[in-house]
Amino acid sequence: MLTVDNVTMRFGGLTAVNDASMQVKAGSITGLIGPNGAGKTTLFTIVSGFLKPTAGKVAFEGETITGVAAHRLAERGIGRTFQIVKPFAGLSVLENIVVGAFLRHPRRPDAERLAAAVAEKVGLGDRLDAPASSLTVAGRKRLELARALATEPRLLLLDEVLAGLNPSEVRDILPVIRSLRDDGITILMIEHVMQAVVSLCDEVFVLAQGAIIARGTPAEVVADQKVIEAYLGHGAAARLKGGEAADA
Amino acid sequence: MRTLRPYLPVLVLGVLLALAPLFVTSNVVLNFLVFTLTVALAAQGWNLLGGFGGQFSFGHAAFFGTGAYASAIWQMQLGFDAWTGFVAGTLAGALAGLVIGFLSFRAGLRGSYFALVTLAFAEVFRVLANSSEVTGGAAGLLLPLKIGAENLQFADRATFLGFVVALVIVVLLLVQWIRGSRFGAQLVALRENEEAARALGVDVLVVKLKAICLSGAITAAAGVLYLQYFLFIDSGIAYGTWISVEVLLAAIVGGLGTVLGPVVGALALHGVGELAKSLAGGLPGIDLAVYGAVLVVAVAFLPGGLVGIVRRRDRPRPVRDAAPVEGEA
Repeated sequence: MLTVDNVTMRFGGLTAVNDASMQVKAGSITGLIGPNGAGKTTLFTIVSGFLKPTAGKVAFEGETITGVAAHRLAERGIGRTFQIVKPFAGLSVLENIVVGAFLRHPRRPDAERLAAAVAEKVGLGDRLDAPASSLTVAGRKRLELARALATEPRLLLLDEVLAGLNPSEVRDILPVIRSLRDDGITILMIEHVMQAVVSLCDEVFVLAQGAIIARGTPAEVVADQKVIEAYLGHGAAARLKGGEAADA
Repeated sequence: MRTLRPYLPVLVLGVLLALAPLFVTSNVVLNFLVFTLTVALAAQGWNLLGGFGGQFSFGHAAFFGTGAYASAIWQMQLGFDAWTGFVAGTLAGALAGLVIGFLSFRAGLRGSYFALVTLAFAEVFRVLANSSEVTGGAAGLLLPLKIGAENLQFADRATFLGFVVALVIVVLLLVQWIRGSRFGAQLVALRENEEAARALGVDVLVVKLKAICLSGAITAAAGVLYLQYFLFIDSGIAYGTWISVEVLLAAIVGGLGTVLGPVVGALALHGVGELAKSLAGGLPGIDLAVYGAVLVVAVAFLPGGLVGIVRRRDRPRPVRDAAPVEGEA
């Protein structure tokens, strides 16, 4: 559904993404993980049309979308959330979601109906009239999700929707994300919470220093020597193995 | 019925204003109302772009003056009638909006940069109008006195006030409608956060351009009203800083991004100003000093403007009560 081909992004002398390629299969939940500063969010920013890559190609459902403006991609069916939540703070929860719903429903009653349904789905159903600024971090993450969902995307890019939530909040939101896939939405998610990655993702790509260093099922990736070293430093994999051997 | 309810406050205010020409006979009061409502109309134009869209313009005189001059030139130089002049002036305002908007928004100007550019445009227009022959140069343009409804000149001030009130009501209804529409929601969204709006499929440039065109048209219509009432404009009146400041003050004091705010703000500001003038016994500049004081008070204590005082009370749930519930989740 989504293909990223040899994408490179340079900011002056800094190469944030270096020749990265990845594929997201229709109907899957695909994870993108990697240490801090690996270029995950930059890659997201490129895919969602907010940045034009220095080199490489992005294709969505077979059509090249490199350099297409963000709002056009939203029309085509790519929704995204922001890692740093960006609620329309002066508006109510419902009004926030209505902005997304208006994309495909030009009439207000239709848009409001959809927005209310989406709010119910993500667990904001009882907070429709509350000002968005009154929501907690968990509430704001849900609002990000709801707004993106209201645009009725076919591909949803989730940028750390679980970061900053406590374990019980994470537990609450996992079934919501899983139900989205059951509704037919393909999901690409950046996530640091490994518990979520392991329980949700069908396939995981690992980005380190701008390059994809591993891909596979969550279990395969977690055991991969290069991945362990990317997170814990050179030689860590060998030391871990050695530790296990000593325990045994 | 449910869809009509949001229009109720506008209609109530409309009826109150419409009664004024029937009962008021004092020329002083009529004068006051005509002038104040003309400013209110211009302020509503500013409010559409600045209040709803968050794009603060410091140069709405550019639109006010363009409307006034376009209509005057239309009638005097081209020989057409006043009513089509009204339309021509309004359209000229929209066109000015399109030009200024395209140049500044396409370049990505926001915040204080956009404000400064609009200020510069208004000043350039003022200098041009002051030196060009077609605008009458520094002497300005004196619209010939031809009393008659067909020339949009009324012998009776109350009749003119009725016309102004009708126009204000039409614009208020329009803005109320925009508020509930997709365009309105997108406009407010980009004020709150442009990136998030783009991610939700809002074409930021197009929405901003629509807003500045409408804003320019409404403010230009107020310019035409000014011309038809006073029958004289020069560059200092039509493109003067005074109107840029007046519209901004009325909208901020009344309530940014509200439908009734600009009208309430203009009435309050001018009312207080006139009161101060009469009480201070002609102390020069006292009304301006009062303006300043009112603005400081409004900004410091009334974040929602005068309209916000009423609004705050019918907020359904206070923020404080709601927070702990969310924390448990």
